[in-house]
Amino acid sequence: MRDAEIQEIEISLFLEALRLRHGYDFRNYARASLKRRILGLAQSEGCVTVDALIPRLLRDQGFLPRLLARLSVPVTELFRDPAVFLVLRDEVLPMLGSYPRIVFWQAGCATGEECYSLGILLKEMGLLQKSQIYATDINDAALATAEEGIYPTRAIAECEASYRKAGGIGVISEYFHSAYDYAKITDEIRSHIVFAHHNLVTDGVFCEVHMVLCRNVLIYFDRNLQNRVAWLFHDSLVRGGFLCLGTRETLQFAEVANQFKTVHRDCRIFKKTGATP
Amino acid sequence: MIPPQPFRAVVVGCSAGGLEALRQLLGPLPATFALPIIVVAHTSTEGPSMLACLLDRVTALPVVEAEDKMPVEAGRVHIAPSGYHLLIENDETFSLSVDDKVCNSRPSIDVLFESAADVWSDRLIGVVLTGANNDGTNGLKTIKTGGGYAIVEDPETAFAKAMPASAIAGVAADCVLPLAAIADHLTQLSMDDGRSRR
Repeated sequence: MRDAEIQEIEISLFLEALRLRHGYDFRNYARASLKRRILGLAQSEGCVTVDALIPRLLRDQGFLPRLLARLSVPVTELFRDPAVFLVLRDEVLPMLGSYPRIVFWQAGCATGEECYSLGILLKEMGLLQKSQIYATDINDAALATAEEGIYPTRAIAECEASYRKAGGIGVISEYFHSAYDYAKITDEIRSHIVFAHHNLVTDGVFCEVHMVLCRNVLIYFDRNLQNRVAWLFHDSLVRGGFLCLGTRETLQFAEVANQFKTVHRDCRIFKKTGATP
Repeated sequence: MIPPQPFRAVVVGCSAGGLEALRQLLGPLPATFALPIIVVAHTSTEGPSMLACLLDRVTALPVVEAEDKMPVEAGRVHIAPSGYHLLIENDETFSLSVDDKVCNSRPSIDVLFESAADVWSDRLIGVVLTGANNDGTNGLKTIKTGGGYAIVEDPETAFAKAMPASAIAGVAADCVLPLAAIADHLTQLSMDDGRSRR
């Protein structure tokens, strides 16, 4: 048997142990990138092979947070893909403006930069007061960072150009209270966001929303899990609600594709049409 | 003993000077070229990529930007989207990730080559072209370890020599060829049933 095949067995055993011991089911994650992450975890734990992680997984109480932090690597920044935020500002959010209350769900919020970007956008459009954003993730360490809303001042300054390209009409630093090298999001924006632990693999619909933002999360799932999650988004959205995916993600290969129409192809924004399944 | 198998895929990595190198590599390939070609070229932007459009004009093979879950297709050139790692799944479909950069790069050649080696092992051809860093060396090593076939552009013909030089220093490549000779060699390998290599 090839080494790669033996390693594949180790990874399956590791994932089964993780599911049985802690209830986290990564078996339907896209294998190739998950494998890289698991190998990265093994390396950072000083394990030569993946099977050496299993005893630790079963008995070391402190291991789970380290594992989750490694397996759900948060990669995000304020106004990442500014073209998407510009389209949201100019074309999509105005269509939601007539609702008395607008509910957003950001699935996979990581350390919070994206939902705060959305909050800033809503503030500048005069929609923040009637907006509620639910931001969810499975990584509690990332959620804790998101909840604090404190970022290095330098990182915020680096996103000024993206903020401008996204159509920002003010100065990004206005939305943060700066102290030394760090800055905290204003209470006004923070108060419209609720952060919560939610696992797309196992958890269900938790409220009715007008827009789902889930960018660069589905790429980590295999086709079965993508189908499940796409239905979950469908079932959470009001008729006419919007789904915003990552700029290289597609509904094309999902069962739910015919339930949505494309609003903006390059920005991967879709609208729930409400056709009967 | 398992008889040698024909090749199933070609993976290509390039960086600085890559567009011109890809033109010269893909241009001469016949429309009948039977293997899928998968390319990581480092690009500076994260916006919509023009690379697939530019290359589509210079080769007889269709050139597309790879999308998440898209199947790998024979006789097609698939380009990694800018800003994303491109990986191959066991069912010969693509997947993407925005995980940390590898060798300061996303997409990274190593990431593509290593995942492709897991899927195709000794039926994979890896090609390292021009570039100014050492991305691709570890990936090409993994391809060789898995029994695959490694081609490196002769640094003398490369716009930037560092990447092919690093690959030559780190990997026992099957051949080091001037850029202009690689297309012909790939065409021969694509028609090889595997017997001539053992």
